[in-house]
Parts: sequence; structure tokens; C-alpha cells
Amino acid sequence: MTELIERDDATTEPPTVELSMQQAINRALRVLLAEDPSTLVFGEDVGALGGVFRVTDGLQKEFGDQRVFDTPLAESAIMGMAVGLAMNGWRPVPELQFDGFAYPAVDQIVNQVARMNYRTRGAAPMPITLRLPSFGGIQAPEHHGESLEALFAHTPGLKVAVPSDAAEAYSLLLQSVRSDDPVVYMEPKARYWDRGPVELREPTDPIGTSRIVRHGRHATLIAWGAMVHRCLKVAELAAEDGVDLEVLDLRWLKPIDAAGLAASVSRTRRAVVVHEAPLTAGLGAEVAALVTENCFRDLAAPVQRVTGFDVPYPAGPLEPQYLPTIDRVLFAVQRTLEY
Amino acid sequence: MDHLPADLTRALYRHMRTARDLDTEAIALQRQGVFPAYVSVRGQEAAQVASASALDPARDFVFPTYREMAAALAYGVEMVGYMATHRALWHGGLYDVMASRFGAVNAVVGGPVPHAVGWAVGERLRGDDGVALAYFGDGASSEGDVHESMNFAGVFRAPVVFFCQNNQWALSVPNDRQVAGGSVAARAEGYGLPGVLVDGNDAGAVHEATAEAVARARRGDGPTVIEALTYRVEPHSTSDDPTRYRDEAETARWRERDPVALLRDALLAAGHAAEADLAEDDARAREEAARIRDGVAAAPEPDGSELFTHVFRETTEELSRQRRTWQEEVEL
Repeated sequence: MTELIERDDATTEPPTVELSMQQAINRALRVLLAEDPSTLVFGEDVGALGGVFRVTDGLQKEFGDQRVFDTPLAESAIMGMAVGLAMNGWRPVPELQFDGFAYPAVDQIVNQVARMNYRTRGAAPMPITLRLPSFGGIQAPEHHGESLEALFAHTPGLKVAVPSDAAEAYSLLLQSVRSDDPVVYMEPKARYWDRGPVELREPTDPIGTSRIVRHGRHATLIAWGAMVHRCLKVAELAAEDGVDLEVLDLRWLKPIDAAGLAASVSRTRRAVVVHEAPLTAGLGAEVAALVTENCFRDLAAPVQRVTGFDVPYPAGPLEPQYLPTIDRVLFAVQRTLEY
Repeated sequence: MDHLPADLTRALYRHMRTARDLDTEAIALQRQGVFPAYVSVRGQEAAQVASASALDPARDFVFPTYREMAAALAYGVEMVGYMATHRALWHGGLYDVMASRFGAVNAVVGGPVPHAVGWAVGERLRGDDGVALAYFGDGASSEGDVHESMNFAGVFRAPVVFFCQNNQWALSVPNDRQVAGGSVAARAEGYGLPGVLVDGNDAGAVHEATAEAVARARRGDGPTVIEALTYRVEPHSTSDDPTRYRDEAETARWRERDPVALLRDALLAAGHAAEADLAEDDARAREEAARIRDGVAAAPEPDGSELFTHVFRETTEELSRQRRTWQEEVEL
């Protein structure tokens, strides 16, 4: 509520607070629940416990168990319930606890959530935001770390957002929930506890825009989620050798900011896309194709991909070798510069 | 029939009779190549019409699968638009799902059942008294979504009626190879819900059972599972060949228990109508079925631009670009 009051005071700059990503999402949910009484938060453990990552901490206490409630443990029914609630005028924000458990709900997400507006010719919009703790990097057990972005981005009717830091998490969630289209909002688990400044203001960039996190001249690193942070580290290290890298945070994987990608890569003439998901048919292929289609004449080298391997997310001790390492990204940068 | 009001039973008869005739027209349309395929409702008219007639279309909401034509008709859905689904003019038909309060046809047969639970929970959260009714079959009852839904509804005490039309054939698989334990209604107990087994070919019994379940849900006493035992006398779809998997003598026995004929006899016996009244109803049903048939056969195909129109509420630049590309190719 504080944010809302402060937002109304035009003479005051929006306050900037230091928050972890998990706290930023919590803040955004509080704003959303306060501003629209039709918004509902539900899923496994989201109530009294406040979510397995404490993202929904305190929400049930503040908004009551009619607005924030626990469900039985059944992912397909959670998403199916969201469809029925949306058809009854609510704005559901379901949580599936871990990405691997989205698979049991894929039928509802793909066959129902994504298509209901189309099927009913716009009569039954699905203003659903699926919050999905996503990706690897926390050495979790099997099914607790996956990269499903290509599956959802490939599905017509869904939009896909991936925040990379606390500030982005705050504004992207406000946009996702306020949108009348279904959004899969993929929260990078590895970044939940990283803190950063969050301006408690209204998002200004439209849905589907990327952002340049670091400006550079020699190549563009394209990433989303936790890989943005990794690419920033790569850029810092490369800078020590005089290589000036641009880092582009894609943040919307559907719709993809083709123009933003083209603008950056046309300038730097080189692109390296970095993601956690397996290589084959991953979203990196889509990004590479877009860059090639739009910047072919400007490119000085083929687009490089640094990704997870075509293996299941491995067990904890091997996960650091699966995820794109700083060295693998640096090698790719070297390959593109030496092409 | 004696215990039901005469005007109700007459209405049931008119709807069942119209559904029967429309079903016959629809099979003909498939034979003529107007419908790519069709799934017959024949034999299930009582289960559908009598249950749908127990609902209030002003405040309730129906979640069907794909064989609920007679329910749609009885519920007041605009039938030319509804039957457009069978002509494959649009996936969910060309009627307004939200205004009709009758969900779109859904071929993932367990899929809409949790929608009914969500809708019902939403209704209770708002403090309104609408009831959601989910139609599904014995085949769908094997799907996880149906079990998850019954459990959710039990936990949330949602005002929902699970209405299983057990027509005894799930595609080519008979009941004893589809429903372990032999009864869907019996499963309700495991979810803490009342389970009711009813003769699905007896319109009066179906109506009473559904009206009771709806009243129970409306007064806040939670969900009910109804299993209406009936029979799919026609093939699964117009592409199916039931001679490969079932004994036609069994089908013939069920044709003898025709729900429309049963209701007709009961109406006459109860004195709710005379032969002349029913002849009038029959004539009106034939006219109505023919009107719907002609309407759906003559309905225009959707414009190609509609490919792109309803994907999102807030469309994307990329989709707009693809639409422009499509337009340019069309104009070539």
C-alpha cells in the first residue's frame, strides 16, 4: 500500500529500495493484490508458509485466505482451476512450485490457457500469470531445475517473461499480471537471493522490449535470467583484455524484441547467445535466426551459441559443468572475434 | 412422470425430440461432406437434456466436452453457432461462450473438468450462488484431471456438479476395460462427495438427480458426482466401425430402451400430453432441426485474417508482421 500512496504524489520521486529478487516479486504481488480485488494468488505452499522460496511471504496474512490460498498438490488442476477462475472474471496468479512440475500441467497450459481466447474468439480471455521458479544453478534435485522457455515461447497464445534482477522482477511482474494475455513468468531461482536497487515505479518499457544492460562495441552477449549476470561478469573480464562487450537482456522471450536485437548486433556486428537450456532447438536458435535475418549484411561472424548440453539437467555436482561457464562464454567471444 | 410438472416434461420432450432430429441431420451433413466428422448424441438425449434443464442459464455455467449437443440445445445455446464446431468452422464454435454460459467444445475430454472447479470456486469467492456443471464420459473418468478435479472440489467444497454420461463405450473400449470398479459414482466416496447412480435413459430420474445436486451446490453444501448410465447406440464418431469391437445385439437391446420413446410413453401415461400434442412437438422439432441444419450448412467460412485476430488480446509486432506477410501472399 505504501507504494500506491507514494505513487500518487507526483512531487515525490519514486522511492528506490534495496531488495532481493524474491522480495521484489513479493512487493509486486502486494501492489497487484492491493490494486485489483480480482487478483488471486494460489498454489502449493503459497499461504501460511509463504512459498517454498518465501516469495509469497506475508501475503495471506495481509490479504486473507480468500485472495491468497493453498491448493492440493496437483499441477494440472491448479492451472485448470486458473482457467475456470479467469472465465469467472478473476485474475489468477497461480504458482507451480518448481519448473519440473510444470510438465504435469502442460496440457492445461498449452491446450487450455494458451488457446481459450482463440477458441472462444475473444469471449473468454485468460489474464493468467503463471509464476514458475525456473532454471538451474542451485544444484537442486531432479525436477527442481529445468529450462522450459522454448516450450512455452513456441506455444501460440502464451507470452513469456524472464526477469534477470530484482528491479526487472518487480516491473515485469506488474506488466505480466496486468496484461489480459496469459504470461509464463519464469523466475530464475539462482537469482532469488541477489539484492539490488528497485525503483518502486510503474514500468515504462512496453511488453516485448529487451534492454541493454551494458554498452559495448565489439560483440553483443544476448541472455536472459541468471545468464545475464554471468554475461556481465564475462564482460568485466573481457574488458581487462580490452574487449568491449555489450550485454543485452532479452527479458521477453515471447514476444522477442527482434528490433532491439538487430539494433545492438548491427552496431557490434557480432553476437553470442547464452542460455541454460539444451542446445538443440533451444531459443538460442531462434535468436540466431532473427539476428541472421535482420543483420546478415552487418554480421562479421556467425552467431555463436553457448548453452546447456543436450542432456537432462544433471545432478548437483555436475550442474556447474552443464550450465554455460564464464570460460565457455569467453571462448565463444574469442571465436567470434577471431572469425 | 407424475411427480414432475407437466410443462417441464413437455419441454424435456421437445428438446430431446429436436436433439434427435438434429443428430440425424448432422449425420446426413457428414455423409454429404459438409461436416468432416460428427459424434452422435443418439441415445443420450435424456441424460443431456434432463440434466441441462435442471440448471439456470442466467447464473450457472456448463463445461462440456464434445458430445453435448443435446445439452447445448436444452441450455439455450445458439445452435447454428454451436454446430459450426462440427463443420470445423471454428474450434469452439461461432456462438458466444461467455454470453451462453456454455463452454467451448473440448476434445481433451478431462481438460474442461478442472475449469468447472475453478469457475465454481470463483463463484463462491464472490459470494454468488451460480453452479458449474461439468459433462464428461466414462473414458474421461480415467483421466487424471477428473480425479484432481473431484479432489479439489471436495477440498474447496466448490459448487460443482460432476456429470458423467457413462455411455459404456470409450472409443472402442468397453466399460469393464475403462472404469476399474465398474462405477464412476462410487469413486465420489473417496473424495468425500455424494455419488449418485441414475438411469441415464430416464429423463425424469436424471432431472431429479441433477436438480438435487444443483440445489445442494447452490446452498453451499458442495459438489456431487452423478453417473448417468446410458448407451452410445451409434459409432463413436462417423469415422468409427463398431462392428469390429462390439456385439450388435447389445446395441439393439439399448435401442429398445430409447429415451425419447420412453419419455413419450411416460408423458402419455401421466396425462401430461395427448398424442396430438406430441405430434405437434414432433413437427416443431423437425422444423427446428431443419432450420439449424440449413443455417450451419450455409454459414460462411471465417475470413483468413481471423487466423491472427484472437491469438492475443494485446497482439504482438511479430504476429502483426506475419499477418501482413499473409495478406501480401493472399493478394498475389
